[in-house]
Amino acid sequence: MTTAQQYNVNEKGYYGEFGGAFIPEMLYPNVEELKNNYLSIINDPAFKAEFDALLKDYVGRPTPLFLAERLSEKYNTTIYLKREDLCHTGAHKVNNTIGQALLAKRLGKRRIVAETGAGQHGVATATVCALMGLECIVYMGEIDIERQAPNVARMKMLGAEVRAAKSGSKTLKDATNDAMRHWINNPVDTHYIIGSVVGPHPYPDMVARFQSIISEEIKWQLQEKTGTTNPDYVIACVGGGSNAAGAFYHFLDDAQTQLVAAEAGGHGISSGFSAATTFLGKPGVLHGSRSILMQTEDGQVVEPHSISAGLDYPGIGPMHAHLFDTKRAKFFAITDEAALKAGFQLSKLEGIIPALESAHALAALEELGAQPNETVVVNLSGRGDKDLATYMKHL
Amino acid sequence: MNRITQLFEQKKNNVLNIYFTAGYPQLNDTTTILKALDESGADLVEIGMPYSDPIADGETIQHANQVALDNGMSVKLLFEQLAGIRPAIKVPILLMGYINPVLQFGIEEFCKKCQEVGVDGLILPDLPADVFEENYKVIFEKYGILNIFLITPQTSETRISHIDAISEGFIYMVSSASITGAKSGISDEQEAYFSRINAMSLKNPRLIGFGISDNATFTKASSHAAGAIIGSAFIKVVTEAKDLSADINAFVKSVKGE
Ligand SMILES: Cc1ncc(COP(=O)(O)O)c(C=O)c1O
Repeated sequence: MTTAQQYNVNEKGYYGEFGGAFIPEMLYPNVEELKNNYLSIINDPAFKAEFDALLKDYVGRPTPLFLAERLSEKYNTTIYLKREDLCHTGAHKVNNTIGQALLAKRLGKRRIVAETGAGQHGVATATVCALMGLECIVYMGEIDIERQAPNVARMKMLGAEVRAAKSGSKTLKDATNDAMRHWINNPVDTHYIIGSVVGPHPYPDMVARFQSIISEEIKWQLQEKTGTTNPDYVIACVGGGSNAAGAFYHFLDDAQTQLVAAEAGGHGISSGFSAATTFLGKPGVLHGSRSILMQTEDGQVVEPHSISAGLDYPGIGPMHAHLFDTKRAKFFAITDEAALKAGFQLSKLEGIIPALESAHALAALEELGAQPNETVVVNLSGRGDKDLATYMKHL
Repeated sequence: MNRITQLFEQKKNNVLNIYFTAGYPQLNDTTTILKALDESGADLVEIGMPYSDPIADGETIQHANQVALDNGMSVKLLFEQLAGIRPAIKVPILLMGYINPVLQFGIEEFCKKCQEVGVDGLILPDLPADVFEENYKVIFEKYGILNIFLITPQTSETRISHIDAISEGFIYMVSSASITGAKSGISDEQEAYFSRINAMSLKNPRLIGFGISDNATFTKASSHAAGAIIGSAFIKVVTEAKDLSADINAFVKSVKGE
């Protein structure tokens, strides 16, 4: 029987067999402080009022739910786009950074550290730090600093210090390692804003709650437009899984809505250049939680590949590992090529240039087989300005 | 009796524990270094199992981990390197590493192998105490393997008491809020923390680690605990060594002030 808690986190911080807090003792007091306080802070009416006001007046929420008529015609079904690309800073990431920065202030922290891959989370973090007068340090892989130059410039202009992660693969996973090391070295005055539903409990749950505004809005917006709250499908891309967690959250227990996750297939799942975690990974521990993880037989984390820096991560959040394990969500591996094609298609059909990450969710429409009488919501997690150089290479 | 327990029964002061990374600088240096440490009088050794994402480690040990992995080091190979070495050495051995490679090897299989090759204890910083107690304690005990826990300046007294209750062998006392190799020397503030822990009268002896690099820091740390642990500074020694055995011998002697 379905219970309200079946797909969500339990009181011990687990989603089924995934989750937990696998952290060195140096981080224990910080994570414990968060764990003991996050729910009471988030549920405090004054916090809620401040969070909601910023989402409305600063981020520009609610973001529209747009009926994409020409795209619907193309796939012979009804497709709505949830326009997270219209959020201030250009992606859903800011929903989480506002929530966490407000929380950090209530915990008395004055400095923020974050990791970033594509730079979207880094920009969203630098933005709220400027807004709230917090010091901001962002770790970014040396390779990503090169391939996402415009976002590096934005972070600097917003007053953040961008530090290059030079270890390992010099990408998102290593930036995350360095941000965690920074937190170990500065345990008292610093809060670590993780950019996705990964990390030790309570991070996955906390980030999912801040992003859950996405599905909250989809429900009432769809009700307004169609007379029913639930679509047949909700599609989102999954890097760590925060936009997907937000888009799925209020549908988790609604069996009539099929949840669809689009992972980065890279050059193809058997090519050796892929980031399709559920296709290539096994259960394991990375960055503080037990989840599904791309790794060698010896348990070393494998370098992922994706054309989209935001999906270039060897793991997924524990919630998604559980949704995969229980088959509550259907997972697709979308190749670089398919994502590019979907990105160009949306631009031409609807006049919306999607982020390459979001283009993976759009490409899943090809394989979905939605029927003419069905309704699909695609979470358009971000806009494509940051990806223009990549798109142009493939024009 | 477990060799670590035995060590602390016999020696209450100036216990020197040295960390090195398996498979570094060269793949087959593991046993050369181990034997040299045993012969030169290290009281305890900690062999690091290299990992791709060592979040509690600073640049020196990160680099050693990466080189070792590039050399082809793995958990499986480490057990092959250690097979049959126990009769030739007397020093107790700890394996230090991150939980994921151990999980992939299989916890029970891992503990069994440890017992077979003569490993006495494990330090797995990202294995939480509650998960250990619930799921793995029984397995560790079955194979006579100790699990060593860490405490830091931020660890609450309640938690320290709990860790003391579930610990055997010794407690790894991290000297400051930091990753390995980040700071050197011992400040007054740190000494105050060491005194605070001493005043708790714990049942387990403590070894102080992080920031210990030479005779001066070793002596100072040892005056506040049963002894100390050297990691990054020793990695630098093996990195620069011309003759591994001779240079290790000279380093250990210098740390002990002999
Ligand atoms: C626009 C956009 N979508 C999706 C992602 C992937 O992250 P997540 O899976 O946490 O939503 C990113 C990450 O940078 C992003 O910038």
